[in-house]
Amino acid sequence: MGKYVELTAATFEETIKEGVTLVDFWAPWCGPCRMIAPVIEELAEEYEGKATIAKVNTDEEQDIAVKFGIRSIPTVMIFKDGEVVDQMIGAASKQAFEEKINAQL
Amino acid sequence: MLDCAIIGGGPAGLTAGLYTTRGGLKNVVMYEMGLPGGQITGSSEIENYPGVTGEITGMDLMAPWPEQCMRFGLKHEMVQVERVSRKTDGTFVVSRSDGEADEALSVIVCTGSTPKRAGFKGEDEFFGRGVSTCATCDGFFYKDKEVAVIGGGDTALEEALYLSKICSKVYLIHRRDTFRAAPSTVERVMKTENIEKITNSQVTEVYGDAMGVTGVRIEDCSESRTWDLTVPGIFTFVGYNVNNTVLRQEDESWLCDLNDWGQVIVDLGMRTSTPGLFAAGDLRIEAPKQVICAAGDGATAALQTIAYVDEKQNG
Repeated sequence: MGKYVELTAATFEETIKEGVTLVDFWAPWCGPCRMIAPVIEELAEEYEGKATIAKVNTDEEQDIAVKFGIRSIPTVMIFKDGEVVDQMIGAASKQAFEEKINAQL
Repeated sequence: MLDCAIIGGGPAGLTAGLYTTRGGLKNVVMYEMGLPGGQITGSSEIENYPGVTGEITGMDLMAPWPEQCMRFGLKHEMVQVERVSRKTDGTFVVSRSDGEADEALSVIVCTGSTPKRAGFKGEDEFFGRGVSTCATCDGFFYKDKEVAVIGGGDTALEEALYLSKICSKVYLIHRRDTFRAAPSTVERVMKTENIEKITNSQVTEVYGDAMGVTGVRIEDCSESRTWDLTVPGIFTFVGYNVNNTVLRQEDESWLCDLNDWGQVIVDLGMRTSTPGLFAAGDLRIEAPKQVICAAGDGATAALQTIAYVDEKQNG
C-alpha cells in the first residue's frame, strides 16, 4: 500500500530531484491542512510507482518552509526533476490535485 | 437511490447527518471534499459553544463530531459536489467532481460560506504570499514580526488577539470608528498593548516582491491622506460570501429561491422553495454564522427531511 513520504531537511533534495513529486506543506495546528490530510493519503496510494507524494511539517522543518517562501498553509507544490512547476494554496479537492499531478506525468 | 444527500461537512452538515441517520434514514451520504469539520476549524478560540468551557480551538471542538455521526451509519464521500439538480419526478441528482452522479430523494445543502476578499489592489496577486484569511494557519510564519489585520467584527478582533500573542505588533485597520465585535472582545483588544488600532481607515493596496508582501498603503478616510505601513503579512476578516454554486443549474437558473445576496431563502423548517430541498447553516438567509446556529439548522433540516422522506416512501 502506498504511503506518503514525510520529508526533512536531510531527505528533501534527494526526494524531489527525480520524477514528479507533490509536496504538501502543513502544520498540526492548521485546520485546512488537517482537512486535506486524508486526500493526501489517498493520492499516495493512487500514485504509487508513478509520482511521489510527500509532506513537510513546517513546524518542525522551518528551513525548508523559509527556502520555498511558504507563508500560507496548506501550500501544495509540484516538483518535476527538482524544479517547482506548479503550486496551489489552500484546501482543494482530490480531483484538483490529480489534475496538477497528471499534467506533469 | 439515497434517502438523503447532505452537501457539506461543517457543523450544519454533520448535525444533519447525525439526526437523519439516528432518526432512521438508511441511505444518507455526506459529501465533503476532505476531512469534515468546516470553516470553524480555522478559528483560534471558541468561547460561546454551550457546555464547552475553557480555551478550545475550532479544530478541537469539531474533532469528535464525524465519529459520532458515522456511528449511526452516515457515509462520507470525499468528493466535491458540482451541482444538485432536480428531475421531473421530484428526485434529485448530485453531480460529483469525479464525473459520477448519485440520485437522492432529498437534499440538505450545507455548503457554508467563504471569507470575502477585501478588494484592495494586489490582494489576489499576493494571496497566500502575505495576504491570508486564516490566523491559526499562517500566524506562525510571522512570529515576532509586525502584521496588519483588516476588519471590525468578531472574527477580526478575535484573530487580532490571537496574532498579538505570536507577533511583535498587530495593526488593526477598520474603516469605521467603532468595532462591531462583542463588547468583551473589544475590551480585550483595547487592553492589549501590542494591538494598535487604526480606525476610519482602509487599505488601498498591498505590494511586495518575489518573496511576498512587504507593505500596505492605507488611506485615512477622515483626513483623506495616504500612508504606508511596512508589514510582511496582512490578515483580512471582512465577512463572508455564501457558497451557493451547487444550486446553479446548467441553464444558469437556480434550483431554489435566493435573496439579493445569494443566500438561500428558507422557512423555519429550513425548507427551500423546492420540495425535498433543505438548506442549513451559513448559506441561508439571516444566518447568525455561529457554530451552534449551524448545528441547530442541521438538526431542524434533518427532522423535516425525515418527515418528507417518510411521506414519499410510505405516502
